[in-house]
Amino acid sequence: RKNVEDFTGPRERSDLGFVTFDITADILNGKNGLQNFWNKNTLIIFDWNVKQLFLYLSAEYSTKNNALNQVVLWDKIMLRGDNPRLSLKDMKSKYFFFDDGNGLKGNRNITLTLSWNVVPNAGILPLVTGSGHVSVPFPDTYETTKSY
Amino acid sequence: GAAMDLFGDLRRMNKRQLYYQVLNFAMIVSSALMIWKGLIVVTGSESPIVVVLSGSMEPAFHRGDLLFLTNFHDDPIRAGEIVVFKVEGRDIPIVHRVIKVHEKGNGNIKFLTKGDNNEVDDRGLYKEGQNWLEKKDVVGRARGFLPYVGMVTIIMNDYPKFKYALLAVMGAYVLLKRES
Repeated sequence: RKNVEDFTGPRERSDLGFVTFDITADILNGKNGLQNFWNKNTLIIFDWNVKQLFLYLSAEYSTKNNALNQVVLWDKIMLRGDNPRLSLKDMKSKYFFFDDGNGLKGNRNITLTLSWNVVPNAGILPLVTGSGHVSVPFPDTYETTKSY
Repeated sequence: GAAMDLFGDLRRMNKRQLYYQVLNFAMIVSSALMIWKGLIVVTGSESPIVVVLSGSMEPAFHRGDLLFLTNFHDDPIRAGEIVVFKVEGRDIPIVHRVIKVHEKGNGNIKFLTKGDNNEVDDRGLYKEGQNWLEKKDVVGRARGFLPYVGMVTIIMNDYPKFKYALLAVMGAYVLLKRES
């Protein structure tokens, strides 16, 4: 993790975090009608009215500057019909993980959660958070050199 | 004599019928306005229904889709939500997704948005020197959506002749409709 001048945002130096992650997820598919009938407790996400899911991995944490911070690190659009099983390894964040200030250094509790926005063919647009999240601690010092 | 009386009757009846039709029309327009105002109050948004104007949120939303918004004061702004906002000084509402949120203990919140279909975040769209959006810039949160329906408004905007023709037809229909 570095302390870098952020040219895309405000002029002060902010913490920039680098995170690599694996994502394994099984988004349930409603194709199999029989499965739906027998497993009444199963939550079928991809039903006839779901056009796509907008999946995103967000990091949530608290700092001295801000009581709540949320940064989207990665996102993916999953259309109905796409493979509902995700097995991604060693992923780097798609977007720069800049803090608003220097709150990443020594921060022990960054929570990574996978959520998704259900986009229907027509109707309500719910936001759902997946079960299971990971806590990530950041080190107490900056790295001066990094090959990324 | 009797013929003039008959014509007089006819003319008077037509005038009364005309007034009746005009009042009918005015009532329809007022009811529509009241429903719209009611929606503004119930949703808390100055613009509870918006039409998507660009392709920056494809494949979720396309130009011409209709979005239903709410803007409740106590609703927090969170990453992943689809918000409709206006850049200070500009009239056009933009529909994009929240990708960064920084909220202070006192509720002061600043956030960054990006269109799903865009490569970069929206900082280029904001005002000169503005790096974040605030609650006051938000018109509403997208809660529901209907595809294609908003195309009519876009067509009316792009082809004003179509709009006038439609209004003329509607006006003629209401004024000339005969109650049975």
